[in-house]
Amino acid sequence: MFLALRELLFARGRFSLMGAVIALIAVLTVILSGLSSGLVNDGVSGLKSMPVSAFAFDEGTKTDNAFSRSVIEQKQVDAWSEQPGIEQATPMGSSMMNAITDDGTQVDIAVFGVAPDSFLAPDVSDGKQLGDIDGIVVSETMREEGVEIGTVLTLDRVDTELTVIGFTEGQATFGHVDVAYAPLETWQLLAAGQAPAGTPTQQDLDRLDFDYSSVVALKYADGASVDLAAGDAAADTSSKTLAESFNASPGYEAETMTLSMIQVFLYAICALVVGAFFSVWTIQRKQEIAVLRAIGAPVRYLLRDGVTQAALLLLLFTAIGIGAGLGLGAAMPAGMPFALEGAQIAIAAILTIVLGLIGAVISIIRIARIDPLTALGGNR
Amino acid sequence: MSQQIQGNAVDNISNRASGLALTDVSLELGDGAQKVRVLDHVNLHVEDGEFVAIVGPSGSGKSSLLAVAGALSLPDTGSVRLRGQELTTLTAKQRAKHRLQDVGFVFQSGNLIPSLNAADQLRMVNLLAKGPRNFDPMPLLDAVGMSHRAKHRPGQLSGGERQRVGIARALVTKPAVMLLDEPTAALDSARSHEVVSLLAQRARDMGVATVMVTHDHGMLDHCDAIYKMNDGKLTRG
Repeated sequence: MFLALRELLFARGRFSLMGAVIALIAVLTVILSGLSSGLVNDGVSGLKSMPVSAFAFDEGTKTDNAFSRSVIEQKQVDAWSEQPGIEQATPMGSSMMNAITDDGTQVDIAVFGVAPDSFLAPDVSDGKQLGDIDGIVVSETMREEGVEIGTVLTLDRVDTELTVIGFTEGQATFGHVDVAYAPLETWQLLAAGQAPAGTPTQQDLDRLDFDYSSVVALKYADGASVDLAAGDAAADTSSKTLAESFNASPGYEAETMTLSMIQVFLYAICALVVGAFFSVWTIQRKQEIAVLRAIGAPVRYLLRDGVTQAALLLLLFTAIGIGAGLGLGAAMPAGMPFALEGAQIAIAAILTIVLGLIGAVISIIRIARIDPLTALGGNR
Repeated sequence: MSQQIQGNAVDNISNRASGLALTDVSLELGDGAQKVRVLDHVNLHVEDGEFVAIVGPSGSGKSSLLAVAGALSLPDTGSVRLRGQELTTLTAKQRAKHRLQDVGFVFQSGNLIPSLNAADQLRMVNLLAKGPRNFDPMPLLDAVGMSHRAKHRPGQLSGGERQRVGIARALVTKPAVMLLDEPTAALDSARSHEVVSLLAQRARDMGVATVMVTHDHGMLDHCDAIYKMNDGKLTRG
């Protein structure tokens, strides 16, 4: 480190310029990571917050938007309930709807129909638990739309009125739309097209002749290993684990793939830029390295010194970039899907440093090829 | 009159346990038709404390001789011994260690590390050679009249000052041999005499066998022996 530190100080202008590029890349990785997490939250936080192990969709349902497309019969739910390792199997309905609040604000909601006494019933941060026929528990983020407990949402076209009785704990969104949990029978009333204008009543439910839902939500017994393929064969479904089922939410796969692609390019650029810098830096130091090697400096020492230098540069300026990125992230407008998650930022920082270091090592390794004889001038 | 060292003298040179001894050393560079014999059965012995000069035109093989003497390259044939130790049989790693501990190089223009100040140039060599942790570069810098410029980097030193620091750097490990590659190439006449005089004095005081390659015939008065290099052949002048 003797030489590495002194060179960093000596060529601080050049290293600062390189450092600024590394810091900018780190800022971008934080912003992209925040956007990625924000979009994921917007897309599937409603699913992530559920204590579900897996979802079973009707066999043959197209993957994209499968939550809305799939139609499940009660016998398929029953078939899953009998599978070994399944603690609970419960039907869940899912529909995208437009509504208007009683002050005239237009809102979009993802109506999740769940049995109030099932494990799918949402935890409530404010208000009542799910149970009333016309009562819905909505995502806490709907407060930003001016929705309060007691607000009546009138569904477009059918004019059915549902009253907000509670808010979920934290964000619960699906496909960038706030989730509204409704009792499963209320959802079935809406899905069957039998919902009346105004407030639904018990008489409406009694008349309901619709025993379908969208998916089967599965909860494994503690420590159980479930054979999903066997369950699918028995229930004529196509099941996915919770994480896999995210791809079945609207636009999720396309969004995350786009952002992932940008991130991959960013990391590649980081490795290339740092590699190119250290390549030029090594070429500039060729005579100096030849002298050191002629004196007898071991190649291993020179390589270690160069890699240490690159590591110090990457660590320092990635930290600066991450700090700046966090500052920028905190200033993002509220409407932007942006969420800073420690683990994601740590991964982004580690990847920036590791890939930058790989680029640097590939360049620095040429030290081993510098001929110490060149230290003796051009007379040979 | 020139005299080529060969014949029975060869055995005597190679068996000596002091100084630097090159015996019947030959080296060819290039391939096929481009092959050039840069060292042609060269014999040279420099005693501890002796200061010899090698002169000759560009391309005559002077730097190749330094490279072989300093274990930077291996000859095709012949023997290179330093204080009795054969260098041609050493591995690359062993030769690097040997250069670090037993050879002091002084290059053209000093060839100092731009990022290190004068004192750090010496500390760097001590560090590489795993010398004493409490190494103090000041006595050596003082010996070459550079202690007052200890905190100056090469860019802040004159050509003569750089060369003085280069000499001090070459002496850090108390080498058995010093190899000087055109040490006055970038200096004016007055500075050249100053530097070569200093080198000759240090070589004698410290008992270091010293070989100087130079174009500057004005510096030869400081030397104990002068050799001429021409087309790879070394003759005593």
